[in-house]
Amino acid sequence: MGFLDIRNVTKSYGSVEVLHRVDLEAEEGEFLVLVGPSGCGKSTLLNMIAGLESITSGEIAIAGQVVNHVHPSKRNIAMVFQSYALYPNMTVAGNITFGLEMHGVPRPERERALRDVARLLQIEHLLDRKPSQLSGGQRQRVAMGRALVRDPAVFLFDEPLSNLDAKLRVDMRTEIKKLHQRLGRTIVYVTHDQIEAMTLSTRIAVMNAGHVQQFGTPKEIYDRPANLFVAGFMGSPSMNLIPATVAVEDGTPVALIRDEGGEAHRLRLSQPSLAAWAGREIVLGIRPEAITDPDGADRQSRNIQPLRARVSVIEPAGSDTFVATPLGGREVIARMRADATARPGEVFDFAVNMDKAVAFDPVTEARIP
Amino acid sequence: MAVATVRPGVDWRTRLQDVLPKLVLSPSLALILFFVYGFILYTVFLSFTNSRMLPSHDWVGLANYRTLWGLSHWHTALANLAIFASLYIVICTAIGLMLAIFLDQKIRGEGVLRPIYLYPMALSFIVTGTAWKWFLDPGIGLENTMRLWGWETFTFGWIKDRDMAIYTIVIAAVWQTSGFVMAMFLAGLRGIDNEILKAAQIDGASTWNLYRRIVIPLLRPAFLSAFVILSHLAIKSYDLVIALTGGGPGRATELPATFMYSYTFTRNQMGVGASSAVIMLMTIAAIMVPYLYAELRERDR
Amino acid sequence: MSTLSQNPLAGPALRAAPVPSQETAVRTGRVTRVFIYLVLLLFALFYLLPFFIMLINSVKPLGEITGGNMMALPREWTVEPWMAAWSTAQIGVQPTGLRPYFINSILMVVPAVAISTLLGALNGYILTKWRFRGDTILFGLMLFACFIPFQIVLIPMARTLGILGLAGTTWGLVLVHVVYGLGFTTLYFRNYYAAFPTELVRAAQIDGAGFFRIFWRIMLPVSGPIAVVSIIWQFTNIWNDFLFGASFAAGSGAPVTVALNNLVNSSTGVREYNVHFAGAILAALPTLLVYIVAGRYFVRGLMAGSVKG
Repeated sequence: MGFLDIRNVTKSYGSVEVLHRVDLEAEEGEFLVLVGPSGCGKSTLLNMIAGLESITSGEIAIAGQVVNHVHPSKRNIAMVFQSYALYPNMTVAGNITFGLEMHGVPRPERERALRDVARLLQIEHLLDRKPSQLSGGQRQRVAMGRALVRDPAVFLFDEPLSNLDAKLRVDMRTEIKKLHQRLGRTIVYVTHDQIEAMTLSTRIAVMNAGHVQQFGTPKEIYDRPANLFVAGFMGSPSMNLIPATVAVEDGTPVALIRDEGGEAHRLRLSQPSLAAWAGREIVLGIRPEAITDPDGADRQSRNIQPLRARVSVIEPAGSDTFVATPLGGREVIARMRADATARPGEVFDFAVNMDKAVAFDPVTEARIP
Repeated sequence: MAVATVRPGVDWRTRLQDVLPKLVLSPSLALILFFVYGFILYTVFLSFTNSRMLPSHDWVGLANYRTLWGLSHWHTALANLAIFASLYIVICTAIGLMLAIFLDQKIRGEGVLRPIYLYPMALSFIVTGTAWKWFLDPGIGLENTMRLWGWETFTFGWIKDRDMAIYTIVIAAVWQTSGFVMAMFLAGLRGIDNEILKAAQIDGASTWNLYRRIVIPLLRPAFLSAFVILSHLAIKSYDLVIALTGGGPGRATELPATFMYSYTFTRNQMGVGASSAVIMLMTIAAIMVPYLYAELRERDR
Repeated sequence: MSTLSQNPLAGPALRAAPVPSQETAVRTGRVTRVFIYLVLLLFALFYLLPFFIMLINSVKPLGEITGGNMMALPREWTVEPWMAAWSTAQIGVQPTGLRPYFINSILMVVPAVAISTLLGALNGYILTKWRFRGDTILFGLMLFACFIPFQIVLIPMARTLGILGLAGTTWGLVLVHVVYGLGFTTLYFRNYYAAFPTELVRAAQIDGAGFFRIFWRIMLPVSGPIAVVSIIWQFTNIWNDFLFGASFAAGSGAPVTVALNNLVNSSTGVREYNVHFAGAILAALPTLLVYIVAGRYFVRGLMAGSVKG
């Protein structure tokens, strides 16, 4: 049993069920990220943890206590909102201490807590300002200060970085991670940005259409996505999902992929269990970084397969170069070193690290174990 | 140990917070339900009774409505309302639209002109009525002034003329509300994206065509609002008639609102008065209900 | 285009931001402009004329009106008509002037405005931040109540006020104006609060503030602009009301509009036009003053609740 337990939770509006039997847990001090496209139910779930939405069925427990019917202010949680939700009529100091005031904390103690938090977040010089006089990044800090000052058992973050510009977002991301390492508190963090999810979390719940698609560590989710949705959603550029047919040659399974000319390419599969799929269709999932030029191939790999294919587009991105090639009816993206020599139109020798490849059942969309 | 009452149910605070909003809303709601909808039902009921000076509960069916529609007085009131409402709406809209378009041409002194156009809206209809009553009075007002200024044959005695008096109501009412209609159209004009206007001018549209083909069609919502507001005001018009003409000369400026009042409170025909009020309500509801319904639906989406 | 700025039920017209003064990009020629200025000035005269006539004739002796030119400036200036209108003119049977009725109007308007605005604020808060099933229908019912022809409620209201012992009293009129103003004040606050982020209410809930605390500490402090709009609107409407005053408070409890009408339309004695004009200006003074001081909010109120009664 975890510190935060979400057991069999569903949510319905009238007859429409928007969350279906969600089971999640977080240990004390864990950084749990709920990630998914908009409308997947992640914010609804967060609001249910906060007590801002009722729970249709199932249980949510914090520190062993079922909180289904506990008022938000009594759940020992604090929340940072997407819009920051700073009270426009109060100063920064007033915003940060409002919660303490409502809980009857005496003034000297409030002042002390305020000083501590302000120092931690480096907003001491802003305490007398109104929210309207702050920049986006400063508002973000104040919103975090308001949560921190409560010293709650669980912090809830609802897309806290989505209103910041790109550079500030990266900075604040680092800062949230530092804060988490320093305070060691349990955090539930909602985002639609898979990079935020990967960088911040200790565990990720990938959600779509009201279902938890996969719940695991960032590495598990990245390397072994549970299904086609997770494979496509996590990672940028996203995983190449290539239709292929399985054949068995010399007792080992091989994937056959047709290129634009109809010619079949053979890639020996590292996963022996796929032999059972002989003669059937699969979807082969290969991350762009597993397709390189032969010199850039991973030396640790036991199964590098050569692949000759025509290059269609080159996108230099500074640190890497992305090379696209049409395979299996898709544009397959390969991630090369910046000094890779591929040229558009030429036939190129790719090296595919099949140890990193995963296979999906095209009908159920689940990963083939 | 005491009997465990700590059933993990809803805690009292959450429960209180759930009912508090409805509790606080309920007095307002009760007031509205009783004083508006209850009263409407009661008036509808009275319109089917033989109430005279005092409300009576003797059911007479549609007798009052039959009486009402048989009264030439009521027909006069309706005819007057038709003349008044149509002229009032058309003239107010025309003046309002024209002033708004003109004021929108980067006019110097707009800040002075706009409040001048609008101030009549802050006045009571009784005040407006008083001012126009004496200004239009042929004995001391405009007619007299023109003659003193040397236009010996000038006559302007509409307010004393049975056939023309209703038009004096139109004049005073237009004076009071056309500035407001101007403000509505001006807000609409200011809401139009200037890039559309620039594009149209680059496309070679003349100013006339620009307004006729692009701007005025874009003002459709403002036209709708103006129509709803003005028609609603016209049907409810009471104060202005009382102050300006008192319904006269004769019955020349009777409107349904004055008709209802005099039948109910001075002629002791409460049943007939109630039935005329019901007809007024139905007329306004026919305009307001679809409008409000559309507005609220749009907002909810 | 934005239909919001003129849509009476839409929120943004009510926001604190000033009316957008984005002027048109249409260019006009010189001759057209002269014509435009001419028309605009003529209309300015049209709107000013009645008030100008009231003003100059209120400071003339009666003889200059009956025997002279209404448009002419007074040859002999006098404040007599003003004094008479205020304190000695015959209203009904009493030579009291408008003063007692003016006081009636103040006693009626202040509590009616305060109560209806406060209730409207609470209602708007509930209808936007504590939504429940069917709230739009309830709001629709409240809103429609603003637009009924009041003739439909006159008879039962007269009876009810009689039963409550409020007939002919200022408190009776306060009740009437609160009830029939509620829809508008609710409309104002509802639209204003609808644009106010609900996340703030949620944050306050997590911070431990309850229903009333959120209202006092979070909502009310930012409600200044809309409260002004609502107060001005209610003040103007209630002050200028005639129908309810004439129906439920004729006699010594009458508001100033009813008294003015009695003064002007009494058929006995000499018609003292100059006193009538002075009285009319006196009765209009409070709302005119509000218009001059807070015209911006007045216009915003008209637009926002423009489906007005």
